[in-house]
Amino acid sequence: MAIHRLFIANRGEIALRVIRTARRMGITTVLGVSEADRTSLPAREADEAVLVGPSPSSESYLSIARVVEAASKAGCDAVHPGYGFLSENAAFARAVAAAGMVFVGPAPETLDKMGDKLEARALALAAGLPVLPGGEVASRAELHARATETGYPLLLKAVAGGGGRGMRRVDAPDTLDTAYDLASSEAEVAFGNGAVYAERFVARGRHVEVQILGDGTSAIHLGTRDCSIQRRFQKLVEEAPAPNLPDAARDGLEQAAVRLARHMHYRGAGTAEFLVDAENFSFYFLELNARIQVEHPVTEAVTGVDLVEQQLLVAMGKLLSLTQEMVRPFGHAIEVRINAEDPDADFRPHPGRVTRAAWPAGEGIRVDSHITSGGEVPPYYDSLIGKLIAIGASREEALSRLSRALDVLTIEGLPTTASLHRTIAADPRFAAGGVDSHFLPGILP
Amino acid sequence: MSDTDLPLSPDDVAEIAAILEKSGYREVDISTSRFRLRVAKGDGSDQGMTQEWQWAGNGVAESAAASAEHVHDPDAVAAPLPGTFYHAPSPGAPPFVAVGDAVTEDTVIGIVETMKLMNPVHAGRSGTVAEMLVLNATMVAKGQPLIRLA
Repeated sequence: MAIHRLFIANRGEIALRVIRTARRMGITTVLGVSEADRTSLPAREADEAVLVGPSPSSESYLSIARVVEAASKAGCDAVHPGYGFLSENAAFARAVAAAGMVFVGPAPETLDKMGDKLEARALALAAGLPVLPGGEVASRAELHARATETGYPLLLKAVAGGGGRGMRRVDAPDTLDTAYDLASSEAEVAFGNGAVYAERFVARGRHVEVQILGDGTSAIHLGTRDCSIQRRFQKLVEEAPAPNLPDAARDGLEQAAVRLARHMHYRGAGTAEFLVDAENFSFYFLELNARIQVEHPVTEAVTGVDLVEQQLLVAMGKLLSLTQEMVRPFGHAIEVRINAEDPDADFRPHPGRVTRAAWPAGEGIRVDSHITSGGEVPPYYDSLIGKLIAIGASREEALSRLSRALDVLTIEGLPTTASLHRTIAADPRFAAGGVDSHFLPGILP
Repeated sequence: MSDTDLPLSPDDVAEIAAILEKSGYREVDISTSRFRLRVAKGDGSDQGMTQEWQWAGNGVAESAAASAEHVHDPDAVAAPLPGTFYHAPSPGAPPFVAVGDAVTEDTVIGIVETMKLMNPVHAGRSGTVAEMLVLNATMVAKGQPLIRLA
C-alpha cells in the first residue's frame, strides 16, 4: 500500500528531516504540533500542521490518544514517529494500526520485546550473540550468586529501564545487599517495575552500534557507528565508520547485528548497540533501538542511503531493494550535537530565543537543524538545536572540515555545546581515533 | 504551514556555497518576503562558510506581541513596512544613530529592507534616542517599534 498522507508525530530537527524525504517522494506531510511549536520551522515547512495538544509533551507528543486522533482526523494513511516520544511505544504502534493507519516502524511485538531489556538479552542469546555475563536477580541471594558469574565491578540495571536511569555500579561484595535494595526500589519508582538484572561492568568500553535495515524477511547492515563520547549516557559525538577497529571485530559486530535482525524478522530501520572492550575488542550486545537514531546522518553520509526513505518504503510493504553487496560505505563522517546547554553551568539546558544562527555550509558539511535566526528553543523538550555533520574521503579530512565548521559556527542568544566540541575536535586523542568512554569525563572541568 | 515547496533545499545551499567558494565574492544575501538567506565566507583564508536563515514568521510572531505593548507609545518610532531592519547603511559602517544621539524629524534612524529595496526610516519628531528596541538585521513587522525617543 502506498503512503499518500504522512502524519509526523514528532518535532524539531527530525520532523524537518522526515518532511524533506517525504516531500521528495511525493508524499503530503501533516505535522502534529504542540502549542509551543505552532510557529516552528517544521510547522511552517510541513504541507499542513495540526494542533495535537498543549505544550507539555505529556499532553501532546506523548499522548497516544491525542496523536492518533489528530492523525485520523487529518485523513493520514501513515504515521512516522521519529525518535524519542512514542517511537518505541508498542501501545502507540497498535493504536495507529487499529485506527487504520500504517506505523512507520517495526511490528508492535518487536517493540514489546525490545522494551524489556531481559527479553532483548534472551533474544540476542538465542540468535547467538555475545552478551555480558549476568542475568535477572530476583532477590539478594540471587544477586550474590550472579556476582560470582559477573565478577566486580558489576552493574545493576532496571529490566524496564532505559536512558541510563536506574543503573547502579557495585564494586565489592559488602555493598551488594544495599545496592540491590536501592536499585530495585528505584526501578519500582521510575518504571513501575522493580525487576533488576546484573551485568559485568566493562571499565574501558567503546560504544559501537550497527545500523540495520529489514523488511521482515531479509535484513542487511549499513556499517558501524562509534558513539563512545557520551555524557550522562547521552551521546554527544558520533562517527561512521567506527575508527581504529580491527576488520575482524568490525565484521563480527556487523554479522551479529544482521543475525539478530534476521532472527527477529525485523522490519524497518534499527540499531544494534554493542559494548566493545577498548583493549581486546571483544564485544557484547547491549540493546536494539527499534527506530531511526539521532545519529543516522553519519551512516547516510558514508553509504549514500536515505534511511528515512528506506523506512517509508518498508512501511509501504515493499521488500528491500538494497542488497548487502550494494552497500559500499565510502569515506568518513563525524556528527556533533549542538545542544542549548550551558557548559559553564554543568550543561544545564538553556531554553530561549536564538537571536542569530550562522550554521556552517560548504563542501562536506551537512546541517540538520530546525533552528534559524529568531528561532525559539521551548523549555518543554530536549535541548538539541542542531546536528553538524562533517564528511570527508578520510577521517582526517572529515575532522579537518569539522574543525573549520566549528570555528565559524555562531549561535547567539543562548549558550551551546559548541565550545565543548571545539575542545574535543582539537584533542590529539580524538584525532587519533577510537577513544573510549573515559575520554569525555577526562576533559570536562 | 506553507503551501509551496521549500524555497531552497540543503543541496541548493551546498551548490550556492560551492559557487561562492570559487568566486571572488564574500557573501550571497537573498531576501524574499518569506525568508532571508545569507551564505558567507569566513574571515580567514582557511575558514569555512556559514549559512544564516531567517524566516519572516519568526520575527513577526514575536513582534506582534511586542507591538501590542508599544501601541500607545508615542515615543516609539515604528517600522513603516515589514522587512529587515538595519542600524547601519552597510555592514561594518557606523550605525545611523546610537543611544543618546539627538535627532530631528528628518533624521534617518535606520533602514528597512523589503524585497531588495532599502527604505529609510525617519525619526518623525525631534528628541534623543533612548533605546534601540530591535537588533540589527532582524525581521520586523509593519508598525513594530524600532527605537524609543526621549
